[in-house]
Amino acid sequence: MNQLNQVVFANIDEQEPWTIDSYIASGGYEAWKNILTNKNDSYKPENIIETIQESGLRGRGGAGFPTGLKWSFMPKDDTQKYIVCNSDESEPGTCHDRDILKLNPHALIEGIAIGGYAIGATIGYNYVRGEFMDECYPQIENALNEAYQHGLLGKDINNSSIDFDLYNFVGAGAYICGEETALLESLEGKQGKPRFKPPFPANFGLYGKPTTVNNTQTLASVPMIIKNGPEWFKTFGTEKSSGTIIFSVSGHINKPGNYELPLGIPFNKLIEYSGGILDGKKLKAVIPGGSSTKVLPAHIIEDCTMDYESLQEAGSALGTAAVVVIAEGTCMVNLLKRISRFYFAESCGQCTPCREGTGWLYRILDRITNGNGKESDLELLVDVANRIEGNTICAFGDASAWPVQSFIEHYYEEFEYMVKHKGKTKAA
Amino acid sequence: MSLLNREIKEEIDLWVQKFPEGKQRSAIIAALHSVQHFNNGFLTSELMNQVAEYLDVPKIQVFEVASFYSMFNTQPVGKHEISVCTNISCMLRGSDEIVDHIEKRLQIKSGESTADGKIFLKKEEECLAACTGAPMLMLDHQYIENLDIKKVDEILDSLEKKP
Repeated sequence: MNQLNQVVFANIDEQEPWTIDSYIASGGYEAWKNILTNKNDSYKPENIIETIQESGLRGRGGAGFPTGLKWSFMPKDDTQKYIVCNSDESEPGTCHDRDILKLNPHALIEGIAIGGYAIGATIGYNYVRGEFMDECYPQIENALNEAYQHGLLGKDINNSSIDFDLYNFVGAGAYICGEETALLESLEGKQGKPRFKPPFPANFGLYGKPTTVNNTQTLASVPMIIKNGPEWFKTFGTEKSSGTIIFSVSGHINKPGNYELPLGIPFNKLIEYSGGILDGKKLKAVIPGGSSTKVLPAHIIEDCTMDYESLQEAGSALGTAAVVVIAEGTCMVNLLKRISRFYFAESCGQCTPCREGTGWLYRILDRITNGNGKESDLELLVDVANRIEGNTICAFGDASAWPVQSFIEHYYEEFEYMVKHKGKTKAA
Repeated sequence: MSLLNREIKEEIDLWVQKFPEGKQRSAIIAALHSVQHFNNGFLTSELMNQVAEYLDVPKIQVFEVASFYSMFNTQPVGKHEISVCTNISCMLRGSDEIVDHIEKRLQIKSGESTADGKIFLKKEEECLAACTGAPMLMLDHQYIENLDIKKVDEILDSLEKKP
């Protein structure tokens, strides 16, 4: 059975799936229209939240937090509330939200509208990363205009007494804005520096008002769940990791691409879908969920299924499901140095352990690769990483530490070899 | 004298309307994009001051934004911007060689612009979310994927013919 593209990408093989006519022809906006016409009780806000909770949908932005539960945190009073979509896709290895924005923007718009309605928000913002301004942004902006022209958004939509206005926003290049409170700061026109939590956005979010921030893929999954029911969604995936997820498979792979597949698919099956390891080489390692997740050597990942639980048990995480495939012959020291440069460049500078520590990590790795490493450097790297982890306002600090800890744990001999041989790599 | 032409002001006005009354600070990022676009890819202090004045926000708020986000250039740069992604997925597919080749051919280092002011090779580009098309680059916000040296040369050839 073809397991590809069952939920978020269900309609993308249609002609021009990004147009509203194509989307509606494949059953799009049915769920939203049922809400607008108050078809039955299951379309009441509290029941929509319950449906999403029952479906087991978890946030696809990396943390995997249950979406329905997040929605249920929103206060039920009459204050202005906001829903914000995080389309600031920038976790290294991850590029599926880009395809959603380009190929299926209406699923996202419908998902944001449903989510907004469920949590009592009458205004939504879709935060699109700045670099998408000429490619994805016009696509999602056109789709938004189409939705307005079809009378699907606005004030008192189709005499339903439901108000929902949605606006696209464009960022300007800062990885940290993918962190939800940094994103809110950025949306307010400030530097993207994460806020202390608590208070959480559900209590103090955009402009100080109750706000829910969800990832693009999460929200784009919502219309099909509401339309087909939570039980249908649960037919995909595993008990704890239900539904489908889009794997961005990149690196040393024959057919890099975005593959929407049921969660829990065996790793080897995913590699099969992606055409096998590049040029018939042997697999060395995999970063399974974007650069912030811990690297897993081939012999560990080959026994994993691709879901939240299996990868956690293996010592890593599903993250954004950005599967970076690394073939035999790759120098793990150089790769880690590149990852550490990223965190050094992107640290917002707010917390000392992260601002200073990421610089330490990069500089130590740089001197090792330049042949100036000392034997004590490996211990020092882990020591610095451990001092960042858990000591910062947001998870960025942890994300900078995990690659260092895991690369050194699994490939210690490569690091040791390079230090002893003045920068020469052990990787053949 | 106002450096913000009518088109820029109209664009900024559209953005301001997206936010609640009094929250025009939210339009700073979009306003800076617009101004930078009309100023051949970089911002000046005068332009930032005028954005602040037009939005009626303190100047420091505009400077803070301009200095924080990587897409804003606060120094003069070449007219066309090339950003080569060198993060892990692209690195594994040879992005370092692509950067080397561009640097050699243009005789500049990353972070520099060509002497004729035509091309700016952006420094240390981070993941641009096109990992399945690695290696890739962005030319003036346009994504070009699955690069090889031949394709890069074609891009540079066509750039040289541009005004």
